[in-house]
Order: sequence, then structure tokens, then C-alpha cells
Amino acid sequence: MPQAPTRSEPSAFTQALPIVMGYLPVGFAYGVLAVKAGLGVANAGLMSVLVFAGSAQLIGVEMLGAGAPALSVIATTFVVNLRHVLFSAALSPHLSGWPRARIARFCFQLTDETFALHATRLNNHQQSTAKTLAINAFAQLAWIAGSLAGALAGGLVPDVRPLGLDFALPAMFAVLLTGQLAGRAHALAAVLGAGLCLAISRTPAAPYAVLAGAVAAAGIASLTPWAAPRSGGGRGGDQAPGVPGPGRDQTGAGPEPDRDGAGPASGR
Amino acid sequence: MDQTEIFLTILGMALATYLPRLAPALFFASRPMPEALRRFLAVVPPAVLGALLAQSVLLERGQLKLTPDNLFLWAALLTGFLAWRTRGFFGPVLAGMALVAGARAFLAG
Repeated sequence: MPQAPTRSEPSAFTQALPIVMGYLPVGFAYGVLAVKAGLGVANAGLMSVLVFAGSAQLIGVEMLGAGAPALSVIATTFVVNLRHVLFSAALSPHLSGWPRARIARFCFQLTDETFALHATRLNNHQQSTAKTLAINAFAQLAWIAGSLAGALAGGLVPDVRPLGLDFALPAMFAVLLTGQLAGRAHALAAVLGAGLCLAISRTPAAPYAVLAGAVAAAGIASLTPWAAPRSGGGRGGDQAPGVPGPGRDQTGAGPEPDRDGAGPASGR
Repeated sequence: MDQTEIFLTILGMALATYLPRLAPALFFASRPMPEALRRFLAVVPPAVLGALLAQSVLLERGQLKLTPDNLFLWAALLTGFLAWRTRGFFGPVLAGMALVAGARAFLAG
């Protein structure tokens, strides 16, 4: 049976709201561009249903509009979305007790923004699987709604800037980053990630600035003595994903982790 | 371009997006993770968030914008400060957006 979280967690909608407010206008912009590039409204909407990756979709419709061959569009999409390998691996300790079908459903809606949110909240709260999945659903619904509205409205683009909507996602990153600064290794990773990303974005590798900057920053930070989990006492401020999970450390070496039973509708 | 061909391209894009999202989570769901990798992945969220925040606040069309007229920078500082003081989530986000919207309305005259 689902258990109530020990610490009260805001509702899924409240937590998803910054993503929703950010996705609506960006999805709208994508929808406008998709139709201008020659996609029908149905295809423009279907891409948001089936692909659900903001930057890859924007690049994809631009390439389609320019007449690029299908294989080249698909290959570019793959390269642009390789950073999700990192997100998926980083969240995997939180998903270890889940049935495969639920992992498959969760990963389908893994974006920069949902990753950023889950990486923080899955560390700070006893995870509510229902909220985890609901946040993803709200995020994609907003993305699809924005896309369809943009595709239907066509060239009629209202200005979202007076409402500050274009700051919704940066604001969410700022809040989530504040919550991540739980120790020296985390703080170092954040500073290095920002600095390296900015440095790389001045080179020809700019499209991979977030991925390459984050990988290098996390690599350096994880090699410092601060990253060692509870090795010699010390400050020990760093929380690693999965560490607070009850029973995970004792039985973590086993090949078949127990189902945590924390979520509703776990099949049978 | 033919809409059917576009749809087939979209299916290919969907696969090219889903595989990198799914494979690592499925792989590590059924086997233990090496300690070094676990330590690395533990600091991936702050590293990614630092990169995402820097990119969305300090870059404008690929150019570094570290000047006092960078509205997003001030709003991000306010948002981060409020999040640190109040431990809130939505309140700090809304305050940052209000600062951006208010400053634009004020500066526009």
C-alpha cells in the first residue's frame, strides 16, 4: 500500500508549475516554427507527444524546413539528446526498486527540467512515486498544449516577456541549485559546471556546453576528498543519491533489489 | 515535404531520444553500480544545474553577459537568496518572475 511521505511534500502540480509556465511559451514558439517549417498541425503535435525534447524538436523542425534528409535529422536528434544518458544514470539509484514498465514510463518524460526537479526532490523527500509520475505528466501536457496552441495560432505570436514567463525555468534552476548546495563537493561541482559550461560555449563545441561542462565538473568534484561518502567522519555534508534509501545500502550489492512498494499500482 | 515522410522522421527522432533516456536506468536497475560511478553521479545534479543556470542567465545569443543591466542575473540572485532563506519553492520562483516583469514594465516607461 502507498505510504504517506514522512515529510510533507508540495503537491505535484505546485512542483511542476515552474516547468508548466516555462514549457507553455517555449512549446508555443516550437509550434509556430514547426508549422512555418512545413509540418502539419497533427505532426507538430505528435512530435511533442512522441519526442518531448525541446531543443531537439526546435533543431529538428529547422532541419526539416531546410529540407534535410530524415536520417540526418534523426542522427542530430540522437547527438543532441545524448546528455539524457547522464540524467538517466544519475537518477537510476532512485528507480532501482521500480518495475521495468514504470521505469520505462518515467524515462520517456525525462527532460532537462524534470531531471533537475527530480534529482533534488528524490533526495530530500521520501519519494512519492505517484507525484513523481504526475509531475512528468503535467510537464508534458504543458509542452503538448503549448505546441498545439502555437501550431494552430501560426504566425500570431504574442509577447510573453511582459509576464516574465521566460524567467520561469531559470528561476526554477536557481531554486533547485540552492537546494543542492549541501556540501563542498556539491558546491564545487556547481561552480565548475557553471564556469566550464560558459567556457565551452565560447568554442565550436558550444552545442554540448551543458553536457561537457557538467561531466567535467562532476568528474573533478567526485575525485576530491570531499566527495568520499562518510569515509572519515569530517563534515560529511554531502548527500549522495540513494544513500538515504532504507535497506538500499545493506542489500545494494544483491542483483535483485526489493521492490520498495512505495508507489501505488505496482502491477501485481 | 510529405507529411507521411515527416511522421516517419518523427518516429525515428522519438527512438533516438528515448534510447539514451531509458538505457542507463534500465541497465542499473538490475545490477549494482561501481562506487566511483556512484560518487560521480552524486555530484551530477549540482553540476548540471550550475551549467543550466549559467547558460540561461549569463549567456545571451552565445555572448557572456556579466553586466549590471543583466536583469536575469539580478532576478536569479533574488530567487536563490529567497530559496535559501525560506526553503520555499514556488514563492522564490514567482518573486524572480515578478522582478523580471516589474523591471521590464518600469524600464519600458
